[in-house]
Parts: sequence; C-alpha cells; structure tokens
Amino acid sequence: MEALFHVATFYVFAAFALAGAAISAFSRRLVYCVFALLLTFLGVAGLYVLLSADFLAAVQVLLYAGGILVLLIFGVMLTHEIADVSTEANFTDIKFGAVISGILWLLLVVYICKVPWAVLDPLPPYAPTTRAIGLQFLGDYLVPFEYSSFVLLLVVLGAATLARKEVD
Amino acid sequence: MLFDYLSVVVLLVLGLANIFGMMVLPKLLRPHNPTAQKLVAYECGENPIGTSWLQYNVRFFVVALVFIIFDMEIVFMFPWAVVFKEVYATSGPLPLIEMAFFIAVLAVGLIYLWVEGLLDWIRTIR
Repeated sequence: MEALFHVATFYVFAAFALAGAAISAFSRRLVYCVFALLLTFLGVAGLYVLLSADFLAAVQVLLYAGGILVLLIFGVMLTHEIADVSTEANFTDIKFGAVISGILWLLLVVYICKVPWAVLDPLPPYAPTTRAIGLQFLGDYLVPFEYSSFVLLLVVLGAATLARKEVD
Repeated sequence: MLFDYLSVVVLLVLGLANIFGMMVLPKLLRPHNPTAQKLVAYECGENPIGTSWLQYNVRFFVVALVFIIFDMEIVFMFPWAVVFKEVYATSGPLPLIEMAFFIAVLAVGLIYLWVEGLLDWIRTIR
C-alpha cells in the first residue's frame, strides 16, 4: 500500500515538474513562462520529500518557490512593454537542430539503459535529514555555520552596492 | 515517516479543488453574456488605466534581492530550531549563543542597509 502511494506520488510530482517546465519552455508569453516555473519548483520539492531529503524540500519551497521566483518575476517585469515581448524563437535551421537534439536524446537513452540502477526492494524507511543537519551545525560544523553568516553579510553588502548603482 | 506528509498532499488537493470550484465550475454554470463594462477588473470603483503588465520599478528587484538573503538566514535556522531543545538539555546555552552570533552578524548587514537609506522607498540623492 505504501509502496503504491510512493510510486503514485512520484508520478504526480514528476508530472507537475515536467508540465511546468514544458509550459515555461513553450509559452509565447514571458510572464507565463516565469509563473510556470512555480509548478516545476513545487514538483521538484515533492520529489525531494519522496527521496527523504526533507530539508532540501523545505529549502526548495522557501528559497526557490518563495524567493528566487519572486526575484525572477520582478526581473522579468523590469522588461519594457512586457506584454509585447514574444519568446518565439526563429527556427533558422530546424533540420540541423532536430539532428543535434536527436543525437543527444539517443545518447541519453543509451546511457540510461546501460547504467545498472540499484533497485531497492523493499523501499528503505523514510529518514528525515533536518535533525542530523542541525546536530552537525551545533557540533562539527559550528565554525563553518558561523562563517556562512559572514558570507551572507558580504552578499548583503554586494546587494547594497548594486542597489545604490541603480538609484544613480 | 513519509505518511506524515499526507497532510501536505491533502492541502495541495484541497487547494486545487478550491481553484476548480471557484474558476471552472462557475464557468460551466453561468450564462455567457459579457459587456464591456462587465469585463473591467472591478465592476465598481476605480477604472483601470492601461494594463497591469507594465514595467516595474527597479526598487522591487532590490527589495526582492534583500529578501532572499534573509530568507537564506531562515533556512539556516530550521535545522537549528529542530534540535535546539535536545542540545540545550545536554550542553547548555551553546546553541543560543551560536544563533545569537549568527543573527548579530546578519543584523550588521540590515543596519548597514538601513543607515545607507536603501530601505527607504522614496530616496534622497546624497
């Protein structure tokens, strides 16, 4: 029962991610492309949960769906006359492109079939990672953890420099 | 336990069902008889000027940039908060001091932004 649930949710989230990616790749409107990424980010977050990477899933939702996407939307909305911008590519040589991407696809399929994937049966039990990461932060990785705050501080200063340039 | 995430799935399904109920169901049920006045975003109130898809002010981008940095800080606090009680019981106030230091360093950045006036919406050129 749980294995079935696992497989079903995997396909649902994979479909989410692929549908979002397809919309953002094929949509003519730049704004729709960006908003479709939300679906991809949430789908990938779901896949992370299934891989028992719960911390990564939280990061995915908080940072990508919540932060990076907002930044992307604002970035796109900076475009002058956004409603008229078309993402339509001009297909100059569609045959050549088809051959190249066909070869790439074939290579990928061949290698995916060649790799001896380890089939886990039964599925390993779900093991959350957040607690282990927290213990590492307060133990062995205390100094890198504190150091990361300085890295973030530098990023704040960098953002401030950029912001000041934009004002002038 | 992976099954704990069932509540998230339920929320997702309820959200999608809600959108379906609010957008698709009325479309199937209501009569289709639009007039120019009905198609305005707000039937009563301000008349919109132009489209909503216009060029945003660059300040939104800067605010979003700063938001991501503090979002990152929250991400770092998650694992800390999960184990705080446990570590506090065994090794005393170490986790509290650690996080206070972490936040203090980032507060320097926030104070810098504040003092430089980059958080002001209306900026004076200095």
